[in-house]
Amino acid sequence: MADLKTGWTRDEMAARAAQELEDGFYVNLGIGIPTLVANHIPDGMDVTLQSENGMLGMGPFPYAGEEDADLINAGKQTITTLPKSSFFDSATSFAMIRGGHIDLSILGAMEVAENGDIANWMIPGKMVKGMGGAMDLVAGVKRCIALFDHTNKRGESKFLKACTLPLTGKSCIHMVITDLGVFDRASGQNRFRLRELAPGVTLDEVKAKTEADVIYE
Amino acid sequence: MGKVYGSAAQALNGLYHDGMTVMSGGFGLCGIAENLIAALRDSGAKNLTVISNNAGVDGFGLGQLLETRQIKKMVSSYVGENKEFERQYLGGELELEFNPQGTLAERIRAGGAGIPGFYTKTGVGTLIAEGKEHKDFDGETYIMETGLKADLSIIKAWKGDAEGNLIFKATARNFSPMMAMAGKVTVAEVDEIVPTGTLDPNFIHTPGIFVQRIVEAKCEKRIEQLTVRERA
Repeated sequence: MADLKTGWTRDEMAARAAQELEDGFYVNLGIGIPTLVANHIPDGMDVTLQSENGMLGMGPFPYAGEEDADLINAGKQTITTLPKSSFFDSATSFAMIRGGHIDLSILGAMEVAENGDIANWMIPGKMVKGMGGAMDLVAGVKRCIALFDHTNKRGESKFLKACTLPLTGKSCIHMVITDLGVFDRASGQNRFRLRELAPGVTLDEVKAKTEADVIYE
Repeated sequence: MGKVYGSAAQALNGLYHDGMTVMSGGFGLCGIAENLIAALRDSGAKNLTVISNNAGVDGFGLGQLLETRQIKKMVSSYVGENKEFERQYLGGELELEFNPQGTLAERIRAGGAGIPGFYTKTGVGTLIAEGKEHKDFDGETYIMETGLKADLSIIKAWKGDAEGNLIFKATARNFSPMMAMAGKVTVAEVDEIVPTGTLDPNFIHTPGIFVQRIVEAKCEKRIEQLTVRERA
């Protein structure tokens, strides 16, 4: 494609999201772009990744030939353990999530609304895959970051006044990171504020591609 | 009465009937009771309600029971990866009840623990909350979810003994410990039955009281997403 691409690539979005990690955090990464955040954890920072299928302290992919079918992440990818790893059942896993013990959840989105609503689990009449653990994550994790492409394939905004798809959770997203920039919403606020533009992206472009009522100054 | 059976088919003998509710352990294809699922298919039992986080893939795991149309309804959190499922569901041939994954796990745990219902924040303000009791605690709204039980639970463990004590391996544990508690009868398929007394009681995940039958069987253990890294 010869279109003039400005803004962040998927990997750059993940790298930007990794700047939100803090030492000692327990973090759950969703499937897709959020998974890439694991590649950008700053050296020396102690971050423990939780996988909701029952593991804390997720390690890297195994070397070829060392994969174990009994050891996968929530994206069903083969992974490895670390010295600090632990395994547990699904009820315990979601006690961590629902019980507010996870510091940060980074997840993908089909739509996010200006008040922090998120939709990412179904398109009525089209695709029905299910919510997996997403509804529990957005309801229970202290801070949730949505990572997604700012517009869909037709160029329409995915950052909306109100979600059109069935919701995953209400007013639960605290930060939005797209290919165009970073937006955050202080707790108690019902609007996001633009915090950062991706390289080469102008304020006018963001305004043109954002349906949500966002604070720009 | 001995709990150890010689084959998956024998282990299910007398436990199945049309219209029953079955819980099936596993996350994706990880930790599914492959041989017991195949034996349930061979039993011919139909109009099944199957409670399982996922629905297998085409032709493997629970996908086999979809192919034979033995499943009437699935209770799951995620059912991507299965075209036959999608076809039957969109064609109105298969009922589906979506549960958020944590809600599903807790409903099963509750059912097995004698807890008929509980309140959770998960799903408030979504389709999941429709028709459910809402209640406020300390200024936050929760919805009521009910406990789940099954006529039969089929689960997969790593090691077990003749008492039914089980140890699971890595992330193959997932839903199985709760399903063992929530099944009227629970049948466990294990990689290895070891002599009673060799499992350290400190490290047993599922105590034998929750397991009525146990069978040692070889699993294919198919990998859904093989991801590896290069050696430096």
